[in-house]
Amino acid sequence: MMSEQKQHVLKYLAKNIRFDGRKPLDYRDVTVEYGISKSAEGSARVRIGGTEVIAGVKISIEKPYPDTPDKGNLMVNAELRPMASPKFESGPPSDQGIELARVVDRGIRESECIDVHDLVIKEGELVWSVSIDIVAVNDEGNLFDAAGLAALAALLDARMPGKNEFNKADYDKRTDEKLPLKTRPVPITVFKIGATFLVDPLSDEEENFDARLTVACKDDGSLAALQKGGEGSLTIDEIDHMVGIALERSAWLREKLGR
Amino acid sequence: MPYPKRFDGRKSDETRPIVAKVGIIPRADGSAMFQIGKTTAYAAVYGPRTLHPKWMQNPNTGVLRCEYNMLPFSGHGERVRPGGGRRAREIGMVTENALLPVLDLREYPNSVVDVYIDLPQTDAGTRCAGITAAAMALADAGFEMKDMVAAVAVGKVQDHVLADLTYDEEQNKTPEEGVADIPVAFMPLSGKLTLLQMDGEVTREDLKKALTLGKEVCKRIVDIQKAALRAKYAGGSDDE
Repeated sequence: MMSEQKQHVLKYLAKNIRFDGRKPLDYRDVTVEYGISKSAEGSARVRIGGTEVIAGVKISIEKPYPDTPDKGNLMVNAELRPMASPKFESGPPSDQGIELARVVDRGIRESECIDVHDLVIKEGELVWSVSIDIVAVNDEGNLFDAAGLAALAALLDARMPGKNEFNKADYDKRTDEKLPLKTRPVPITVFKIGATFLVDPLSDEEENFDARLTVACKDDGSLAALQKGGEGSLTIDEIDHMVGIALERSAWLREKLGR
Repeated sequence: MPYPKRFDGRKSDETRPIVAKVGIIPRADGSAMFQIGKTTAYAAVYGPRTLHPKWMQNPNTGVLRCEYNMLPFSGHGERVRPGGGRRAREIGMVTENALLPVLDLREYPNSVVDVYIDLPQTDAGTRCAGITAAAMALADAGFEMKDMVAAVAVGKVQDHVLADLTYDEEQNKTPEEGVADIPVAFMPLSGKLTLLQMDGEVTREDLKKALTLGKEVCKRIVDIQKAALRAKYAGGSDDE
C-alpha cells in the first residue's frame, strides 16, 4: 500500500514538476561561504536551498597507520545533529550518518583529492592528520551532495598549523600553507522515484525514493566513488543514464566553489 | 605579570562584539544564533513532543531537555571528540536550570521540549552564549515566557572585575594571580539569577562586584536579544 505522500509526489512527477516548481534535473540555489569557524584550520558553509551544512577541518600531527607508513591520515566524520531535523536524535551516529560520512570519505579518498604522500613529516613516525567533520545544520533534503561539497570547500579553505619543537601542531602559529590538493571530487546523487530521475531532492522526495545513486565525480570526468542506496533496483542503462546526469551536474556544482 | 589593560583593549565592563539572529534553522520549531567575539552558539528548539523513553515522562508537566555540544572543529587546539562527555552533560543540566524559571510547561504533560545547542567556534563563554541563544530560540518557538534570560561570563583577573572573559584571559592563571571565571545568567525583569558557577579564586567582596557587573551586562544583552526577535517578528532591522 503506497503512502498518501508518495502518491502525491508521484502525481507531481508524472507532470514533470516538483513541489517547489522545479523540473526534475533542476538544482536549487547553491551558495558556498568560507571561513565560518575561526577555530578550525579550514571551514565552510554550503546552502542548497533551505538545506545548510557546515564542515570544518582540523589538522594535527599523529603517527601514521601501520599499513600506510608513507601516507598522511585522513578521517571524515558526519554528525546529523538533532538541531537539523526532528528526525535526528542525539547519541551515537545513526546508520544514515555513518553512510553519509563514508560516502563523502570515499569520494575524497579514492579521488586522491589530498596528496597524502605530501603529508608525511617522517615516514613511519610522524604525519599530518586531516580530520573533516561535517555537521548538518538544517535538513531540507540532499544532505549527501551538500556534505560532499562542504567537505571539499573546507579542505580548500584550510591552512596548515605550525609545528613546535615537540613535533606537535602549534595552533597559535598558523601558516599560509594550503593542503596539497590534486583534484576536486564533487558528489551528485541522482534519485529514481517511480519512472522519474531527479537531483537535489526535497525532504518529501527523499522520504519516498525507490533508488538513488551517489556519484563522486572528478574534474576530468572520471568517477571516484559510487554508492547505490534504496530498496529499488536499477538496470545497467538506468545506471549509465544516472551517471551521465551526475557528470553534467557536477561540473555545474563545482563552479559554485568560486575558488 | 600585571594586567593593566585587557589583551583586546576592551573596558572592564565591555563585551566583545555581539551578533544575534532568530530563526536561523527553519526546520526547527524555534532557533537562534548568538555570537560574542569568536564564540558562536546555535540553538534549536523542537517540541513540545512526546518524551521517549517513556519512564522519563512526567504526567504533571512537560520536561525541558538541553543538550550542549561543541562541534568537533570548534576547539582552540586539538579536535574535540564528538559524543560529548561529563562536561557537556553538566552544562546541559545547568542550562536547563538557567532556562526553566521563565517557562511553564505544565500545559504539556508527558512531553519534552528539546533544546540543542551547537557551537561551531569557541573562545570561552560558550555555556553563556548557548543559554542566551536558547532563550531566544524558545521565544522564537512561541513559548510563553515570564521573563527573558541572558547569560555572560564575568570574572576576575588580578584586581580587575571583568565582563566576558576570553580564552586568553581565562587561561592567564598563575598561583599568585588568581583568575576567577564566573558564568552567570539573569532574568532582567525580576533581576534574579538563574545560573551561577565559579572556577578560580575570589573574595566575597569581589564576588558581589562581579555579580553586580554580570547583572548589568545581561540587561544589555537582553536588549540585543529583543532586537533580534523584533527583527524577525516586527519587521524591524535592529540587528543589521
